[in-house]
Amino acid sequence: MKRMTQVIMGAVVVSITQAAWAASLITADGSSTVYPITEAVAEEFQKQHRDVRVTVGISGTGGGFKKFCASETDLSNASRPIKPSEVELCGKNGITYIELPVAFDGLAVMVNPSNTWATNMTVKELRTLWEPAAQGTITRWSQIRPDWPDKEIHLFGPGVDSGTYDYFTEAVVGRGGASRGDYTSSEDDNVLVQGVATDPLALGFFGVAYYEANKDRLQLVAIDDENPANGNGPILPTYEHVAQGTYQPLARPIFIYVNRKSAERAEIQAFVGFYLTQGRPLVKEVGYISLPDKAYELALARFEQRRGGSVFGGTGAQVGVKIETLLAQH
Amino acid sequence: MPDRHPSKIVERLFKLMALGALVIALGTLTALLVDALLDGGGRLNWQFLTSFPSRKPEQAGIASALVGTIYLMILTAACALPIGVGAALYLEEYVGKHWLARVIEVNIANLAGVPSIIYGLLGLELFVRMMGLGRSLLAGALTMALLVLPIVIIATREALRTVPSSIREASYALGASRWQTIWHQVLPLALPGILTGSILALSRAIGEAAPLITMGALTYIAFLPDSLLAPFTALPIQIFNWVSRPQPGFHANAAAGIVVLLAVLLIMNGLAVYVRQRAQKRLYL
Repeated sequence: MKRMTQVIMGAVVVSITQAAWAASLITADGSSTVYPITEAVAEEFQKQHRDVRVTVGISGTGGGFKKFCASETDLSNASRPIKPSEVELCGKNGITYIELPVAFDGLAVMVNPSNTWATNMTVKELRTLWEPAAQGTITRWSQIRPDWPDKEIHLFGPGVDSGTYDYFTEAVVGRGGASRGDYTSSEDDNVLVQGVATDPLALGFFGVAYYEANKDRLQLVAIDDENPANGNGPILPTYEHVAQGTYQPLARPIFIYVNRKSAERAEIQAFVGFYLTQGRPLVKEVGYISLPDKAYELALARFEQRRGGSVFGGTGAQVGVKIETLLAQH
Repeated sequence: MPDRHPSKIVERLFKLMALGALVIALGTLTALLVDALLDGGGRLNWQFLTSFPSRKPEQAGIASALVGTIYLMILTAACALPIGVGAALYLEEYVGKHWLARVIEVNIANLAGVPSIIYGLLGLELFVRMMGLGRSLLAGALTMALLVLPIVIIATREALRTVPSSIREASYALGASRWQTIWHQVLPLALPGILTGSILALSRAIGEAAPLITMGALTYIAFLPDSLLAPFTALPIQIFNWVSRPQPGFHANAAAGIVVLLAVLLIMNGLAVYVRQRAQKRLYL
C-alpha cells in the first residue's frame, strides 16, 4: 500500500512538471459540420510542424462560440456567421475575432430511389411543404404538385438545434428556425439517410456529404430558385454548381473564427496560413466544396491584415450570398 | 402419468418465464456484439490501436481515445473511491440510525439518478472555470468522480451493512477502539462488496460521452495526455464522432471502437472479480 502511494505521488509530480515544458498548443472547437475539415488540416499541419499540437472539439456552432468568447479556444468552427447574442458576449469579454470562410456546404433535398415523380422542386414548393402553416395540412405529394401521386409524404430533417436546420429554414421559409414540427428529426444525419433510404414516400434534407457517401440508396431533387441570375431551371447540388454559386439558395459558406489575440502567436499564423492555402484540396477530400481561389486569397489577406468583425454584420445566417463579393466589399 | 397439480404448472411457467428473460437479455447483448464484430472486426489490428485519428478512415486509430479512457478511469477511481468509501463509513459506522442519515441517504439515491449531462455542466463551471483546471484530464476525472460518487457510497453502505454486528461487538469486547474495529474487522469483510459496487460504478462512467463533451473533452487529439492538465479525449467520444460521419469507413471504425471499449470493460470487470476473490480467500482461510 505504501509503495503504491509513493508510485502515485511520483507519477503526479512527474506529470505536473512535464506540463511546464509542453509543446505549443492550438485549440479549436465548435460546429460538427466544419469539424472534418479542421481535423484534416490539423492532421496535415502537424506532420509538418511536429512541435505544435492542435486539438479540435465538437460542441456545436453555438457551444463553440460560448467557449471562444470566454477565451477558452483559439479558433471556433462555425457552420453559420456569428449571431448578435454571440457578438455581444465576445464584446463583453473583450474578445475580437477574424472571420474566415473555409468552404461551401450544400444542403441536399433527397427522396427514395424508387420515387419516380419528384425529380425537381422549386423553392416555393419547398416553402409550401416546410412552412409552419403546412403542419397537419400538407400531408400528401399531390398537394405540392397536382400531377404527383395522391400518397402520403413522410418528412425527415435535422433537429432544431443544428445550424443546418437554421440555414434551411432561413433559405426556404424565409425565417430562421421557423418550420412545421411534424417531421422526423434527428441530430444524427445517418439516421436521416436511413429513413429516406428505406421509405419510398420520404423526403429529407441534409448535408450533401451524406449523399455522396450513400449515392446508391438516395436520389437527389434538383432545386429551382426561379431566379435566372443563378442559372435557369432546376439545379442539382453537384460540386461545380455549388462552387459556381448556381445551386441557390441551399449552398452556404462555413467558417472558422480566429481570436485576434491568438493571431499574434506564430503557430496560429502558421496554422491559419496552412488552412487557407494547403487546406484547399483537403476540403474536397472530406466531402465539402472548396471556395473559389479568389475567396481564399481575400480571406488570407483579411487574416494578414487582422481585419476583425463579421462580413455579415453580426446578424447571423444570410441566404444567397456570393462569398467573394462580401469579402471584397469589406 | 404427468403431474397436473396447479402449483407444478405455475412452477414450470415461472421457470420458463425466467429462462425467457435470460434469453432476451443475453440475446440482445450477443446480437449487439456480433453486429459490432461483423462491422468492425476487419479494423481490429495493432495499427488501429496505435494510430491517432485521421481524415482517412483506414489510417485512423484510437490510440489517444484508448489511453485517455484508461487514464480517466484510474484517476476517477483514485478520486471517487477514498471519498465515497469515507462518506459511507461515516454515515454507516458513526452516524448510525439518526434521522439525518436517512435524509442524506434519500438524497444520495436521488443524485445517483441525475442525468449525467448535469454533472458535465457542474464540472464545466466548478472544475474547468472556477478552479481553473481547464479542459484537462484532471477536470474530466473529477467530473466523472462526482458522477460515480453516489453509486460508490450506496454500494459501500450496502457492503458495510452485510458485516454482522456480532463482529463489531466482539471487537469492542476485546478492547478495540472504533477506528481499530473499522480498519481491522469491518473494512476487510466489506471489501469484496465495496469493490463490486465500485467497479459497477466505473463501468457506468466508462461509457459516458455526454458529461465529457459538456465539460469540454476534445475529439481530435493526435498526442497522448502527458500530464494531469493535458487535454484529452475518450473512447465514447471518438466512437460517437465516427458514427455520425457520412463515410462508411468511419462506421467500421466506430464498430471496432465499440469492441475495444467492451474489451476494456471486460478486463476491468475481470480484474475486479480476481481482486474480490483474493480478498475473500484471505478472510476465510
